[in-house]
Amino acid sequence: MSLTQAVFILLGGMAVLGALGMVTLRNLFHSALAMILALLSIAGIYVLLEAEFLAVVQVLVYVGAIAMLILFGIMLTRDIVGRASAVRNRQWPLALAVSAGLLAVLAVALVRAAWPLAAHAPAQGSVADLGLALMGPYALPFEVASVLLLVAMVGALIIAREARE
Amino acid sequence: MIPLAWYLVLSAVLFCIGLYGVLARRNAIAILMGAELMLNSANINLAAFERYVAAGSVAGQVFVIFNIAVAAAEAAVGLALILAIYRSRDTVSVEEVDLLKG
Repeated sequence: MSLTQAVFILLGGMAVLGALGMVTLRNLFHSALAMILALLSIAGIYVLLEAEFLAVVQVLVYVGAIAMLILFGIMLTRDIVGRASAVRNRQWPLALAVSAGLLAVLAVALVRAAWPLAAHAPAQGSVADLGLALMGPYALPFEVASVLLLVAMVGALIIAREARE
Repeated sequence: MIPLAWYLVLSAVLFCIGLYGVLARRNAIAILMGAELMLNSANINLAAFERYVAAGSVAGQVFVIFNIAVAAAEAAVGLALILAIYRSRDTVSVEEVDLLKG
């Protein structure tokens, strides 16, 4: 086993561990911290895939922004003390069965499939190529994405605004 | 060299854990976190396929960036909705938010 494979197993294990902690931990705050572990490990996976820009964006946007937003959300909606509710709902055995079944099907299908792999992996597109692609062939989706972010920002402000008489 | 299947299986595992979180948790914020994990696993798939199947193009990375933008918008609006529900119903448990149930 080569070094990169060992690093992949380490990062993948951390990601799966964080994800499992996220869905099972009772304290929602701990569960959000476990999610941050998973997101950081996924940034490491991007580095292994030679997509450094994605790794940076992952840390900036997911760990820096979305995780912080979720932590604030948890603190703002902390349930009133004494109303300890169960972590899982009544349908959790069914949910577990569905998830495990989907995982089994996906794993078998993904491992068995013959992907049309590129014969030799040339150097991954650089960050400069990525920027040129965003401004060239993908300029329209790029602009639409910025409109989407603006709409989401205004919508979030209006929805979360304190209702006044 | 890491086989492509390793990335795909890792992403499938993360997707299924996220799916379980969405289906089984009661807290609305925990459900949102599960959805974020599912989006992340899709991003790993896009980046891995670009690296192994369409090496040399940047289309996969471009799509990952759009996906992250959509995920950020989703998280912002989702949390705003949860805050609004918490203000009016005083709970974030999805089982107690059943106004539309007949």
